[in-house]
Amino acid sequence: MSKKMPEGARKIDFAMLGRILRTLKGYYPRLLPLTAFCICFSAIAAALPAVFVQRVTAIIEERFMTGDWAGARPVIITNLAILVGMYVLSLTSSALYGQLMAFMTQGFLKKLRVEMFEKMQNLPVSYFDRNKHGDVMSYYTNDIDTIRMLVSQAIPTTLQAGVIVISVTCIMLYYSIWLMLVIMAGVLIMLMVSGTIGGGSSKYFIRQQKAVAETEGFAQEMMNGQRVIKVFNHERVAEQEFDRVNNRLFNDSFKAHAYANLLGPIIMNIGNLLYVVVATVGGVLLITGVKNFSLSGMAFGISVLIPFLNMTKQFTGNVNQVSQQLNSVVMGIAGAKRIFELIDAEPEADDGYVTLVNAEIDGSGNITESERRTGKWAWRHPHHDGTVTYTELKGDVRLTDVDFSYVEGKQVLYDVSVFAEPGQKVAFVGATGAGKTTITNLINRFYDIEDGKIRYDGININKIKKSDLRRSLGLVLQETNLFTGTVMENIRYGRLEASDEECVEAAKLAGAHDFITRLPKGYETELSNNGSNLSQGQRQLLAIARAAVADPPVMILDEATSSIDTRTEAIVQAGMDKLMENRTVFVIAHRLSTVRNSDVIMVLDHGRIIERGDHKKLIEEKGTYYKLYTGAFELE
Amino acid sequence: MISLAKCIRENKWPTIITLLTILLEAIIETRIPTITADLVNKVKSIELTGTAQAGGMKEVLIAGLTLFVMAAISLACGGVAGYTSARAAAGFAKNVRHDIYYKIQDFSFSNIDKFSVSSLVTRLTTDITNVQMTYMMLIRMAIRAPLMIVFSAVMAHRMGGRLAASFLIIIPVLGCGLIVIGIFALPAFRRVFKKYDRLNQSVEENVRAMRVVKSFAREDYEKKKFGAASEDIRKDFTFAERVVALNMPIMQLCVNFNLVFILYVGSKIIISNRGATIDVGQLSAMMTYGFQILMSLMMLSIVFVFFTISIESAKRINEVLKEKPNLTNPENPVYEVADGSIDFEDAVFKYSDKAQRNALEKTNLHIPSGATVGVIGGTGVGKSTFVQLIPRLYDVTEGCVKVGGRNVKEYDLVTLRDSVAMVLQKNVIFSGSIRENLRWGDPNASDEETENACRAAQAHDFIMSFLDGYDTHIEQGGTNVSGGQKQRLCIARALLKKPKVLIFDDSTSAVDTRTDALIRKELKEYMPQTTKIIIAQRIASVQDADMILVMDDGRIEAAGTHDQLLESCSIYREVYEQQSKGGEQDE
Repeated sequence: MSKKMPEGARKIDFAMLGRILRTLKGYYPRLLPLTAFCICFSAIAAALPAVFVQRVTAIIEERFMTGDWAGARPVIITNLAILVGMYVLSLTSSALYGQLMAFMTQGFLKKLRVEMFEKMQNLPVSYFDRNKHGDVMSYYTNDIDTIRMLVSQAIPTTLQAGVIVISVTCIMLYYSIWLMLVIMAGVLIMLMVSGTIGGGSSKYFIRQQKAVAETEGFAQEMMNGQRVIKVFNHERVAEQEFDRVNNRLFNDSFKAHAYANLLGPIIMNIGNLLYVVVATVGGVLLITGVKNFSLSGMAFGISVLIPFLNMTKQFTGNVNQVSQQLNSVVMGIAGAKRIFELIDAEPEADDGYVTLVNAEIDGSGNITESERRTGKWAWRHPHHDGTVTYTELKGDVRLTDVDFSYVEGKQVLYDVSVFAEPGQKVAFVGATGAGKTTITNLINRFYDIEDGKIRYDGININKIKKSDLRRSLGLVLQETNLFTGTVMENIRYGRLEASDEECVEAAKLAGAHDFITRLPKGYETELSNNGSNLSQGQRQLLAIARAAVADPPVMILDEATSSIDTRTEAIVQAGMDKLMENRTVFVIAHRLSTVRNSDVIMVLDHGRIIERGDHKKLIEEKGTYYKLYTGAFELE
Repeated sequence: MISLAKCIRENKWPTIITLLTILLEAIIETRIPTITADLVNKVKSIELTGTAQAGGMKEVLIAGLTLFVMAAISLACGGVAGYTSARAAAGFAKNVRHDIYYKIQDFSFSNIDKFSVSSLVTRLTTDITNVQMTYMMLIRMAIRAPLMIVFSAVMAHRMGGRLAASFLIIIPVLGCGLIVIGIFALPAFRRVFKKYDRLNQSVEENVRAMRVVKSFAREDYEKKKFGAASEDIRKDFTFAERVVALNMPIMQLCVNFNLVFILYVGSKIIISNRGATIDVGQLSAMMTYGFQILMSLMMLSIVFVFFTISIESAKRINEVLKEKPNLTNPENPVYEVADGSIDFEDAVFKYSDKAQRNALEKTNLHIPSGATVGVIGGTGVGKSTFVQLIPRLYDVTEGCVKVGGRNVKEYDLVTLRDSVAMVLQKNVIFSGSIRENLRWGDPNASDEETENACRAAQAHDFIMSFLDGYDTHIEQGGTNVSGGQKQRLCIARALLKKPKVLIFDDSTSAVDTRTDALIRKELKEYMPQTTKIIIAQRIASVQDADMILVMDDGRIEAAGTHDQLLESCSIYREVYEQQSKGGEQDE
């Protein structure tokens, strides 16, 4: 049927539709055919009453002149009994299909969601650099919704309507080919109309979607800056700009719905006209007595005409239903396309086979693997010959001649070599874009280096399983991200099996204990919205506590204390120092006071290390660090 | 609901036209089966007489023509209603968006604090879309469906007499069925939507915190969490949908029952009375009426579901519309700020009535016009709160704040805020060119004035280093300039206002000490008459001020010059020593 639909229908991507169905079949190999069967069965059963209406009418016609109800009664009852039997079957299958469909749709959506989410967890960080958060979010909201409409409504309705149309066509062939041709001509016109109008409608619906996104983006930006708008008395200008966006949305939305609303009345009334035409043609056929062609060989009579009139209604109703689904189909497929794009995205490759294990180390330095947490860790390194060696986790990180670029052709790091011995504190100083954060991104393999080598305790980090590598590296970022849940849960995120006491201990270490106890419910205070009820400084303290409870041998502090005022930082400093004890620490800090006591300070400029040494040495060199330190240079 | 109804405005006429055309359409549509019945009977009588009587055929054609005209009118009505209802609903939605957005513009800071940005955006988009759909459904279907039911029932009764009895049975059955389904499904749906919101929120959180998740290698933990939440939703949603899916069989049951009943009773009447009271035409029409009534009931149930869903949305929209801006212009506002002097007289402030602690304890302070005042203190001690009272971003809870010798509440708000420029801590530049952003300060500023302000803010040089200079496009959120550059652009924007009072709320934190010092020096020359209040983390930024305020725990702990404070204030000394040890202070 869809072949006949021009324009709008041509945009339907059948390959994508096929993929959706295959995925559905993959999830429900038995339920899907069963449901399809139920749909078809109930559709066929729904088409059959025409036959019985014809029979009853024929009986009426036959007995009408005599008025012989007593004689007609048993025949009518027999026919109606068969009809009732059909109905019972049809109802059962239709009820069953409704239940199965609800079960399958929701199951499908859940599995799709989970698949998307699991897939997303395995995507490399670069994916999130390339795609806006809002876009990723809309996979889970808008796109899933369109698929829901497609799977739960559009596809079954179309299937059902299709089967009904075919069955009814067969019945019509059985009775009269002439009238069938009349109805077919009418249906063809309906399909053309719904294709044209439906196409226009989907075009505007897609434009409406865009306009909504635009309005959302505009409102988001403006409201985030609402305070600035107020301070600058900019309200009226903001209003005017909003009116422009708002008008555009109004236009698209109006047109989309106007088209969609037209479809129903047009098809229903073409149906009404068709009804008249069928009745008239029927009358003409009766009068002229043209020979009837039919599979049954039945002669034409009123008992044939009446079921035909009913079938006209049925046809119209079904075509109308399918045409109403056209938007859902177009939008559902567009949504599916985006979702499959996410599912098809290249996941983060991980060929690492060296894993992190709890270890016991005896007096002579022999390492044995342990089931329980010993406080000591070792790298478990399986070899080709089947033997396994263990290397103690010490936190020795060496970068040798590392080159890197995020985008091909735009090199960010040149020949960077950094040697961090266990327990050392290494600081990176430099302007924004100099490559400080990039170096740390390479150590935990958010990105892979282009050239050079990174070794961790002497092992090439490419050989280490990514999750194990990252577990051994604590990361505290400037932009803190907390999760919905209690303060305690947020701290425990660092190590899921940590006890309450250990979490509190970590909070004390980070200097967060004080403010936490002053929160309304202490450690059980619920955080939401990325901890919006806390100050930026408090959030950072929590992030530090979270890293502290993880107790990793290596820590990366990327502007971890930049949002804490110097007075609080002084208080935290003690905890931070304790946190850094016996650990290899990489520090990126804006405040030179934070990096001053580092073992090594690397000054980066445009991806190259231009100075290295401790504070004293760099001051004596009177180079860039000296200028920064004395405030002669701008640091951004 | 009343405040929402106010948004209909110019869409009143499209709405009324929709209602009228739909009334007409319903009347016609319920007439059509009756005329068809007539037509069928005529055709039948032709068949019975068996001859091609010219008169019989003519009657058939007349009935056909009548039907054709009626279908045409019905089409016209349906078309007009479809068009006007789409217009009315889209226009209504536009007005609601307009009203909400304008309302938000009138919000004070404390109003804004009450709603989060994301919740306001949802109200502006999803909620309004829901309300728009419901509005359209209400004016199209909610009117049409009951009309269709009543008209069809009346027509059926007039035509079929006893046959219409079946409707008396199925309408209540179907009605009850729908109500029962509603009772079970609606709370489930409401639960689902809430959980759905939470699920989406957690996805958003996960996306934003991707680096944290990865660095703690918590992918599996997150997957498990998400899987459990999805399963939870699946259960509720499946339940709700399964209940709703019962709609279909119940309706079919009724249609089928109706059909069997009419066929049986109808054929009995026709045969016994030999077509005297009703005939096959009526029989067929009765089936059509039955179908129309059932379709209308279904429609009502759909409208009902949509309506309940959007009630929540409407409530949320109303919350914004009803929110009273708690900062309004006085009745006879003063349009002139005399000078930049500032007085706090017994000023006390707390963020909300429910807050247990005052954000600013009772404060008395006089700042002479043209003075430079530094403010120092830890995070959350009330520095920002203190300065936000000056341009009346919040109103004091007790006491008063005066600018230019007059209570800030006496001024016209625009006048006051034009005279008191503030560079906020959480500052924002908007997508658009640098020049457009700067002109927020003064829309009529000449290029020369703009450049001068930028020079004073130490922004001119780096702007010129961009390829497009002042026409450089700033991305949303200002992501293509560094933090320090952003701060300097914000300062330049504030300078362009040529204010009488200039407030820096930690505005140079990302700027290096040397530039910071240069900005302060330029400020002195660029606007010597202006009162300058500088909140800073670095002592260096404030130590040459005429007066430094040390704030702690919501109160001004000490006030004086740098030297005085070093001597008298322990907190100040502590901070100073900590910072000079770090070596960040100016020589």
